[in-house]
Amino acid sequence: MSSSTPTIGVLALQGDVREHLIALAAADAVARPVRRAEELAEVDALVIPGGESTTMSKLALLFGVMDPLRARVADGMPVYGTCAGMIMLADKILDGRDDQETVGGIDMTVRRNAFGRQNESFESAIDFRGLEGAPVNGVFIRAPWVESVGAGVEVLAEVPAADGPDSRIVAVRQGHLLATSFHPELTGDHRVHEYFVRMVEDALR
Amino acid sequence: MSTTPITADQPQIGTARVKRGMAEQLKGGVIMDVVNAEQAKIAEDAGAVAVMALERVPADIRKDGGVARMSDPNMIEEIISAVSIPVMAKSRIGHFVEAQVLQSLGVDYIDESEVLTPADEVNHSDKWAFTTPFVCGATNLGEALRRIAEGAAMIRSKGEAGTGNVVEAVRHLRQIKNEIAKLRGFDNNELYAAAKELRAPYELVKEVAELGKLPVVLFSAGGVATPADAALMRQLGAEGVFVGSGIFKSGDPAKRAAAIVKATTFFDDPKIIADASRNLGEAMVGINCDTLPESERYANRGW
Repeated sequence: MSSSTPTIGVLALQGDVREHLIALAAADAVARPVRRAEELAEVDALVIPGGESTTMSKLALLFGVMDPLRARVADGMPVYGTCAGMIMLADKILDGRDDQETVGGIDMTVRRNAFGRQNESFESAIDFRGLEGAPVNGVFIRAPWVESVGAGVEVLAEVPAADGPDSRIVAVRQGHLLATSFHPELTGDHRVHEYFVRMVEDALR
Repeated sequence: MSTTPITADQPQIGTARVKRGMAEQLKGGVIMDVVNAEQAKIAEDAGAVAVMALERVPADIRKDGGVARMSDPNMIEEIISAVSIPVMAKSRIGHFVEAQVLQSLGVDYIDESEVLTPADEVNHSDKWAFTTPFVCGATNLGEALRRIAEGAAMIRSKGEAGTGNVVEAVRHLRQIKNEIAKLRGFDNNELYAAAKELRAPYELVKEVAELGKLPVVLFSAGGVATPADAALMRQLGAEGVFVGSGIFKSGDPAKRAAAIVKATTFFDDPKIIADASRNLGEAMVGINCDTLPESERYANRGW
């Protein structure tokens, strides 16, 4: 194994951890689950998976992962969050629980379950800026959207709004942090994970 | 802001990927039975990944007897508006109209459940006909695959609901896992006979043999009453647990619910399970399954 192969953790408190581990391995990273602060200290980067953001947030606080994670994010560790993971990376959330804490890091406001309940969950082809080839199949499950972003946040993908001419932001990047409303880990298309692995490699350089 | 033009296809709802993907998001979590908004909030506070809205928990259905049916839509709607986590609800086996009603109420998952009195003794509901995903119970691999063939997007091993006794949950999960392991060793010639024996579609049998797991998420249900029970089911291979009567039939539901959530996440860490197990108050009393007459075994319902 070359020394440049990054080790990327997947926050394994709850959610679709296995699918991210598989996608990261396919994108040529060493992937391992992370549940404890000690395990977090051993990885170069982290994926926060999809799942139930209220559960994830509660467990991260209970088991002392939240503060170390905030410190690593402040220290420049690359993190990619999908769905619940996007909520965890948001500086501000709407429609969360009153006591719901996030890791934060991306200067954005994210609305939880914004696309509706499971009956409204959908998949749709979307253009993802910076990815070669065909559009990405976006799988949105009780998904959040990004309500607004600060000046330093790059918008990578949007979908048309169902209720007007506007579009909804569903993928963003701010420096070493990446977030998508949708779940590339459920599609077998590993390009978004490859994109993140390149971000990690650049950060390690 | 981006100025990239958007080339979205028409969004598709209710696809198999979206239905099965929903269950993937619940993995590692605890789904709790609740009978009112107050219990639903306790469950959400404790870290449940979803709640199952029903009028009576299985232990009370056993006690009361009579026909158990879908819950009152008012009660389901109250629970939906009380919490922000996903809400599931139960329909009777084969009662596709109850399922239609639940879909119209906007529940996130429908449990076609043996805990309610079956409405059809031959047919389960055609679950492909719905945009709302279904979870179904199974006692063995063949039953699981028949449910998946009918469109189930998630499987739970049945156990014996309302007993507070984990023995049947263990039996059913072990049965499913053993049958999957056996398929792994079969060559292509043997898979046709295996499909016949399992009374399941060949394509699904072949898929399981290749994946080494079900093509959908597998949870455990029916008898979990303690943090150690939940961790046991996880160590045996369940991707998460349903807890029915075990929480709200115990002495201190809020504390027990939070403890079961912790033990489900750290299922392989005995120290954390020990801490979670301290001072929980009384567990539900429970029933010895070998004293249950055949007619009162919910696991026998479904075909």
